[in-house]
Amino acid sequence: MKRFEPYVFLKELASRWDVLAFIVVIGLIAFLGETARGLFAPLVQLETTPLSLAPSHLPEYAARTTFRMLAALFLSLVFTLTYATWAAKSERAGRLLVPILDILQSVPILGFISITSVFFLSLAPGRVLGAEFVAIFAIFTSQAWNMAFSFYQSLRTVPTELMEAAESFRLSPWMRFWQLEVPFGMPALVWNMMLSMSGGWFFVVAAESVSVGHSAVALPGIGSYIAMAIREKNLTAIGWAIVTMLIVILLYDQLLFRPLVAWVDRFRVEQEPNERVPRSWALTMMRRSRLIQGATVAFHAAVLWTSRVVQRTDAPLIDTPDRPRRSLDLLWVSLIVVAVVLGLWHLVAGLIADTRLAEAIHVCGLAAITMLRVFVLIALASLVWVPIGIWVGMRPRAAQIVQPIAQFMAAFPANLLFPLAVYGIVTWKLNPDIYLSPLMILGTQWYILFNIIAGASTIPAEMRYAAENLGIKGWLWWRKVALPAVLPFYVTGAITASGGSWNAAQVSELVTWGDTDVRARGLGSYIADAATVGNFHQIILGVGVMSLFVVVINRLFWRPLYYYAERKYRLT
Amino acid sequence: MNDVPLLQCIDVRKAFPKPDGEDLLVLSGMNLELHEGQIVGLLGRSGSGKSTLLRLIAGLADPSDGHLTYLGQPISGPARGIAMVFQSFALFPWLTVFENVALGLEAQRMPRAEIRKRSLAAIDLIGLDGFESAYPRELSGGMRQRVGFARALVVHPNILLMDEPFSALDVLTAETLRTDFLDLWAEGRMPIKGVILVTHNIEEAVLMCDRILVFGSNPGRILSEIKVTLPQPRNRLDPSFRELVERIYVEMTARPAAGAGGGRAERFPGLGIGSVLPKVSSNLLSGLMEAVAAAPFNGKADLPEIASDLQMEIDELFPVAETLQLLRFAELEGGDLKLTEDGLAFAHGDIDERKRIFSRHLLTYVPLVAHIRRVLDERASHSARKSRFIDELEDFMSEEDAEQTLRAAVRWARYAEAFAYDDENAMFSLENPT
Repeated sequence: MKRFEPYVFLKELASRWDVLAFIVVIGLIAFLGETARGLFAPLVQLETTPLSLAPSHLPEYAARTTFRMLAALFLSLVFTLTYATWAAKSERAGRLLVPILDILQSVPILGFISITSVFFLSLAPGRVLGAEFVAIFAIFTSQAWNMAFSFYQSLRTVPTELMEAAESFRLSPWMRFWQLEVPFGMPALVWNMMLSMSGGWFFVVAAESVSVGHSAVALPGIGSYIAMAIREKNLTAIGWAIVTMLIVILLYDQLLFRPLVAWVDRFRVEQEPNERVPRSWALTMMRRSRLIQGATVAFHAAVLWTSRVVQRTDAPLIDTPDRPRRSLDLLWVSLIVVAVVLGLWHLVAGLIADTRLAEAIHVCGLAAITMLRVFVLIALASLVWVPIGIWVGMRPRAAQIVQPIAQFMAAFPANLLFPLAVYGIVTWKLNPDIYLSPLMILGTQWYILFNIIAGASTIPAEMRYAAENLGIKGWLWWRKVALPAVLPFYVTGAITASGGSWNAAQVSELVTWGDTDVRARGLGSYIADAATVGNFHQIILGVGVMSLFVVVINRLFWRPLYYYAERKYRLT
Repeated sequence: MNDVPLLQCIDVRKAFPKPDGEDLLVLSGMNLELHEGQIVGLLGRSGSGKSTLLRLIAGLADPSDGHLTYLGQPISGPARGIAMVFQSFALFPWLTVFENVALGLEAQRMPRAEIRKRSLAAIDLIGLDGFESAYPRELSGGMRQRVGFARALVVHPNILLMDEPFSALDVLTAETLRTDFLDLWAEGRMPIKGVILVTHNIEEAVLMCDRILVFGSNPGRILSEIKVTLPQPRNRLDPSFRELVERIYVEMTARPAAGAGGGRAERFPGLGIGSVLPKVSSNLLSGLMEAVAAAPFNGKADLPEIASDLQMEIDELFPVAETLQLLRFAELEGGDLKLTEDGLAFAHGDIDERKRIFSRHLLTYVPLVAHIRRVLDERASHSARKSRFIDELEDFMSEEDAEQTLRAAVRWARYAEAFAYDDENAMFSLENPT
């Protein structure tokens, strides 16, 4: 038998996987260098070398955009590991940080862009870098919140015995974080990174054209390319952009997410061997290549080394009595109260005083219109996708084909198709209040579909046989068997779709084609208009009202529905 | 025997704060000594605080009162010389067998080469050779627990704590692991000097331990200490082995002495609605009554015998037997379960007969059910909210216990058709669904 070697290093000279890995690594380095070069150029250069709609520029633009997405994803990861950890570890901080996260999640992304752009541009005055900051931060805001939420959830649900094992073997908090908590949270985190990525693509168009007051900066990238194509009414360019986007998303999927999903499979805590282990050629390449293996071993050693450097302070971390800390609690609460009062005062003095009541009521009315739109569209999409999803989910072969397509569609930025809709509306003189509406659910409806498919495929075969055996057919079967069985999954999908649609409203209620604006009445177009003119008060008001609506709808409608469905219909 | 005990617990007490500000006592008056060369068993049912005590010793929690010392030093936080084996193995699924074992040494910042040497030695000792690079998910339950053992032994502890280490395994695997462990222990091949084993399996305790501490509940405390002097290896079929098992059964079913206030009496009737009701279904109750009524027991069964007959562990059997006693369907004494007249009538009756008898006993001997029924009868609407009763119960017990108690009452009352409960609206009523 082969002797066991815990630390494997280069033994053979190279394998064919090494060659592949070498090409990929060098390609990546070249790509990063190429994109980074443009960062420190002065802003003026963007004006002297304007964007071009020639398809030959698309690879470069795609690379720039991809780089932004990656940077934002990295920032989101850093944010997640710190913010969520702080919220989960300190009960006192958590009481404030978790609700903040919930609010941030509901703030429309355009709001972030308009409010923060001045600040970021001032960080690197006159350089492209500043504008890049704005774009990356905007993408970050569309990715970070749900990742942080998922990691927070994971940290709170690490199995007690694993925590106790870590504690009784005297792991330092630092070591426990890297050896237990991060790995445990990894599967959920990767899944949320994929969702985040889809959200990011959607807003790339908005993020790459930064307008500050009256001047507009268009960063080279796919987003700006599309914006320009729309301005110049160039349908062919749009077509090229769509093709490029398809390729980029496909590459992302193959090179980043597939390997990640296959890799995190080992971090699942349920110990039964998975029937269908996720596979990825890219991961196989990385695993078989000695080069990359060496790198991971080195990384692993680095983690262990840091664990050795960071000392364990000998205080039990489980079961800490918190009674003597009452006074600190009091201090904390009073600090929060002071902050809230200050914030309120600021709001009242600076904003509400300047806003007429009529304006506020008007905005609430617009929010109601958008809300109506969201609900009606979710209902319509459900009518279509629920039966289809159940049909597909019950057939494993079909599900295997449809599921990845649905996930891909969810990742594809639906706003690329908006120009086509505008073209139609203008040509046939349709009512935009109605015909613009479907756009907001174009990208989010897929969440309903793939959740339903996932739900239907978990219906136990025995339950289906029982229904068949009892002769349950037709409407009765839908009412008593299929629909209840998928309800918890449906609610999850609908919640995601609804949140996404609210966000999409900012982009889909005001769509332009050349110099024609097509506008649907609603809060989304209100915010979009305000952002274009740079009316700070209107932006704050619109963003505030939208956050308020989203939070209230979540608390009063979706959350109770979710718990009801989980309690009554979850098949365990 | 050495003079300085490996481990000493003096008057240890543990209480958890309840929402109403009062304390819930889970462990009281714990005195325990562990000397070199001993395996001490903590035997008791779930809720008797034996796992809590183990966690205090492991330094995973602090006692509310009393002292714990390891080699004369007070325990504060996990001590270096104390390692633990967990019921659910608690392996890190993303680490290989080798990495799992090495982790504890890694935490001690031992030189790499030393880690490797010691980990491989521990893996070797425990019979995991060849599995070093396997992930836990690829292993069977027995192999996983072996990793659990290797991981604990590799840090060369003086004391090994075992929290029901075999209860998640099937009978055969558990037996193999026990035997292997006892062999290593007898041959002195493990670095450990003393063992504390938590278990609810009486035979396991008698098989492995030199001393057994029998735990009682409400609050958790030591009922008695039993020395096991049988030579190793022990034989389950040996009459003196059986006798000891029988003796412990008697010990564990003994009624509390009069005046042992706040003790087990809380589980028994006559104290109003404040007693915690166990999670036992009417099916189990009638099942046990039928089994005792039938041959060969004919109305009176020896507990160890019927336990092995029904393949139930004491943890499962005791609550059912006690509920029968609570409902006056049976008497528990001297390790025997004896059906009362009504118990026998129930066992031999048809469905309607059974429901009549059950309903009568339920309304007579379970004050909570009688109380709910009275409230429903008195109200014009014949309905009441769940929260009304939960609030009442929480004057006497924790939130969790109140929920469980009300659930038990609902379960039995549904069988007896004493009243109806609608879970969706959380409403009690007298109407039965049409």
